[in-house]
Amino acid sequence: MSDHKVDNNALAADNPTVSARPPAEALRELRRWRWQDLVFSARYGGFFVLLAAVLLAPLFLEGLYEFDLAILVFINASVAITLNLLVGYAGQISLGHAAFFGLGGYGTAILATRHDWPALAALLAGVLLVALVAFVIARPILRLKGHYLAMATLGLGMIIYLIITTETGLTGGPDGMSVAPMEVFGYLVFDELVWYWITGILLLLIYWLSVNVIESPVGRALRAVHGSEIAAINSGVNVTHYKTLVFVVSAMVAALMGGLFAFYSGFITPTSSDFMHSIEFVVMVVLGGMASVVGAVVGALLLTLLPQFLAAMADYKWLVYGLILMLVMIFMPKGLVPTVHGWIRRWLP
Amino acid sequence: MFSDFLQFLVTGVTIGATYALVALGFSIIYNASHVINFAQGDFVMIGGMSAVFIIATGVPMPVALLIAVLFGGLVGILLYKGGIEPARDAGVIPLIIITVGAALFLRGVAQVVWGRSYHALPPFSGDEPIRFLGVVVMPQSLWVLGITVLIVAALGYFFTRTMLGKAILATSHNRDAAKLMGINTNMVLLVSFALAGLLGAVAGVIVAPITFTYYEVGVMLGLKGFVAAVLGGLGSFVGAIAGGVILGVTEAMMAGYISSDYKDAVAFVLILLILFFMPSGIFGKGGVERV
Repeated sequence: MSDHKVDNNALAADNPTVSARPPAEALRELRRWRWQDLVFSARYGGFFVLLAAVLLAPLFLEGLYEFDLAILVFINASVAITLNLLVGYAGQISLGHAAFFGLGGYGTAILATRHDWPALAALLAGVLLVALVAFVIARPILRLKGHYLAMATLGLGMIIYLIITTETGLTGGPDGMSVAPMEVFGYLVFDELVWYWITGILLLLIYWLSVNVIESPVGRALRAVHGSEIAAINSGVNVTHYKTLVFVVSAMVAALMGGLFAFYSGFITPTSSDFMHSIEFVVMVVLGGMASVVGAVVGALLLTLLPQFLAAMADYKWLVYGLILMLVMIFMPKGLVPTVHGWIRRWLP
Repeated sequence: MFSDFLQFLVTGVTIGATYALVALGFSIIYNASHVINFAQGDFVMIGGMSAVFIIATGVPMPVALLIAVLFGGLVGILLYKGGIEPARDAGVIPLIIITVGAALFLRGVAQVVWGRSYHALPPFSGDEPIRFLGVVVMPQSLWVLGITVLIVAALGYFFTRTMLGKAILATSHNRDAAKLMGINTNMVLLVSFALAGLLGAVAGVIVAPITFTYYEVGVMLGLKGFVAAVLGGLGSFVGAIAGGVILGVTEAMMAGYISSDYKDAVAFVLILLILFFMPSGIFGKGGVERV
């Protein structure tokens, strides 16, 4: 939200030159489309940095392992961005989002592998299944607030996780199940580079849509809900409608990413839907910075790469991971991106 | 038939008592700081694991158990001093993430120091089952129930009869007003975390002979304790105890009469039903939101 101030400052700085010219010409000058305005705008600046990163990264990435990490970052970032719409913008916590990821993954995997559905149909079915579950549960669950909402989403996530673990005949139980490779119109999606582009382009698309939604009437309604639900209701915002909308959409994106993840890794286990995975998604949002789309991407990047760096110290992994979470939240409670943004603005007058 | 029912009831109340102790820890910390402490289950792990390893050094059992419980309290204080106090103005969600970080940290330390294997604590007074009305009761179950009742009574005395206990209650009702009355609210927070650590460690020590203990034992226990606390209405002490017992008994009945496949799911189905129909828990008061 602080992004607006940057915009206003830029306008204010332009004003003296504008007012020196005749009004009509000044107006034309203002209306003229300049690519710089788009690329360096607060709204799309982050998008173009991300676009450049996605386009250029393949030049620097080497080997399957590095591409694998990039694909995981894209998948996690896509989930984090939409979860951020729910948590950061609408202010509704979800401690069960991994369940939607896992349910989408298992739905897709079971249909494609056990019932020989075409890959895209299986993906779509997985996403629709989750959409249905999220829609049915949204009304009673989103009536709750604060810690009760946290408890309910946690409970929902645990139930889905326990069903996945227990229904061994359907899901393979705790050991997980292998997933048939993704075949689209006769083309077998197998190459890491192809997966890189699929997940990378989806991330860019989700990023672009999210920044636009945030600045649209829907985004304003969501922020109003965050500010004060009662005030929003009294201003004529259909609170239930918008909360349900963002809940279902974020669940669907998690399901889509779960399905793609199942196809990509060729294997899926119940840990994809467990409580720790849900916490990981929330931590990506909070660590990167709530209500910051860039923050969600940065959070996903850090939380995907951190365990890899810590893998070298195997036994100390969780100890260090926990310590880093605590330290970042103690010293940067607003999250990395908003905090660093604040520093830069203080240093550069 | 009836003896089956009694058997399930005894099992349920025993495990419910441990849920109640964990839930009390959640409620005490929630009242003092409005934080959901996701490391509460790991206090249970700390209690059980440290008891096992202190006994292994040759310390007599009662002394070892006492040290383990006090150690739990110390970990509670360290969590407050190291994680919560430095970030007190950070808002509720960052504080929750800090407790999640602390939980992972504690699990990580336990794994490094004590390893990943399962450990059992010897029962406090032998393992000769007691038969009564066709019901088999392990002596350890009686210890669990007896100690829980004692602790609940002690807490009741503490919160209604002592100055410090009343100060904690006052702070939970209104922190600013309590501060204006000269209550050291910082001290109150510290004591609350210490109490939560003690309660968790007691739960860990008394159930370790029944359920085994290992470095991740706190994950499920913590979540179920949270369910028990919300079931009874977060912040209500009576509610925490009732929630724990209701949860334990429902679980045991479900496992006994229907199937134990979904024993762990009982807690979460129960909490969703309660929240859908009574959004403030069984004993909770409906909140009023200020605009």
